[in-house]
Amino acid sequence: MVLPLFAPGSDPGPDFAALIRASGVSGGAPIERPLAPPGSAAGGASVGPGPLPLRHGTTVAALRYDAGVIMAGDRRATEGHFIAHRAMEKVFPADRHSAVAIAGAAGPAVQMVKLFQTQLEHYEKVEGVALSLEGKANQLGQMVREHLPMAFQGLAVVPLFAGFDLRREEGRIFTYDVTGGHYEETDHAATGSGGRDARTTIKLGWRPGLRREQAIELVVQALYNAADEDAATGGPDVLRGIYPVVATVTVEGYEPVAQDEVAQRFGVLVERGLAGGSAS
Amino acid sequence: MTMPFYVAPEQVMKDRAEYAQKGIARGRSLVAAVYDEGILLVAENPSRSLHKISEIYDRIAFAGVGKYNEFDQLRVAGVRHADTKGFAFSREDVDARSLANLYAQFLGQVFTHEMKPLEVEILVAELGDEGHRHQMYHIAYEGTITDEDRFAVLGGDAVTIAERFRSAVVDGWDLDTALRAAVGTLAGPERTLQPSDLEVAVLARGSTRRAFRRLPAAELAGRLLPPKGRSARGGKPAPEEDGSGRTRAGSAPAEE
Repeated sequence: MVLPLFAPGSDPGPDFAALIRASGVSGGAPIERPLAPPGSAAGGASVGPGPLPLRHGTTVAALRYDAGVIMAGDRRATEGHFIAHRAMEKVFPADRHSAVAIAGAAGPAVQMVKLFQTQLEHYEKVEGVALSLEGKANQLGQMVREHLPMAFQGLAVVPLFAGFDLRREEGRIFTYDVTGGHYEETDHAATGSGGRDARTTIKLGWRPGLRREQAIELVVQALYNAADEDAATGGPDVLRGIYPVVATVTVEGYEPVAQDEVAQRFGVLVERGLAGGSAS
Repeated sequence: MTMPFYVAPEQVMKDRAEYAQKGIARGRSLVAAVYDEGILLVAENPSRSLHKISEIYDRIAFAGVGKYNEFDQLRVAGVRHADTKGFAFSREDVDARSLANLYAQFLGQVFTHEMKPLEVEILVAELGDEGHRHQMYHIAYEGTITDEDRFAVLGGDAVTIAERFRSAVVDGWDLDTALRAAVGTLAGPERTLQPSDLEVAVLARGSTRRAFRRLPAAELAGRLLPPKGRSARGGKPAPEEDGSGRTRAGSAPAEE
């Protein structure tokens, strides 16, 4: 390896994706040419499993509570009708004050998260100051947009982004579509194959100023209801001790909620009769 | 056509070295020392936004003295190298030794082949892990690389300051003691340095992945008080001040 020095005109600045393109490390850009199956005329939009679906098996949700935002994801990964992984993690820290959750094709999604994490840290180190939350959300949108050719192949990646805005001093949530468009949600959001069911539960149970335990209960209940309806979403697995990944982002930063605590909250929900009522 | 005068290679090297040394001597010095929980880096630097000490990677820090735009270019290259390596391989594969070697090669190359040598002296420090010792690599303007064990002094006054500091160093001292000794040594017998004249950062073992942390002025003031007259430690680690005007062009203050 040599020291990556650039002439002033070709300097990638604080952009890590541009840097790895310039350095020839793979993983920065998506595969440009669609992978057409042998014999087909051209790599069209119809190749791949179905039309632009988000159905690679996942439900991730985020909601605001009194101290910031909470984010959660189920643990199941599917390959067609098979369960590929029972304990997959879909919620990641993006940097100290934000979190990203993924829905869609697992491989590209995890790679995108890795690139996103590196990008945020890289910017912060090169520039000496972290990006604003808005800036981070926009960055992620650009990565999703660059991934669009793969989305046409059925390998869509749709993230959910949430963080604590240190300037506004509040938690904020952003949702995305496959074209990289990002939209700020006021209070809660859910995406993935079971996103609709999760959203309904959250919508019914959410109110301003939820406390931490209430927020955890609500989000766990939302994932439970999603798993109840959607085959590609995994519910809590009491036998194996696998529960949803839950994390909070507050002024103190990203903090995962311990599996024991999630299990305990789930226990409380079961006692209360899980299916009905709100999480209050 | 006129022929250039013959200049002996010894003379060329001597002139270049002198030029670089002069440039470095114009700036203030910097001290790095190992303490019980990590590595302390202290620089005399009145600027709040043009840093001499920076984070490279999880456990690696960079410090430079001399011409700001030149060592800042090296710092950015180091961040790029580390992030690319960590992305392509794994975070554990990023180490200070290979980065220090790259710096040494580059500085040596510039010193021998370019018109003007870089007027910088840099330090690459890596926090030790279980079973691994701390590493500090001191790289001079001509590419000489030295592996320092307990402390390193960079800058124009390095010899005098190192002499003073050597007598103060105690193995296994805590952060406050090491900090006071480093600040005292940088100031010398005639001056006193205020927290606003200093840039201080540590690579400290802790719960977080990123070991680099800047000590904000309030905390610094608290730590610099002599042990008995100290009430409470000032300030919690505040979010980093927004380095709004990081000047990276050649017009940066040359003697930072």
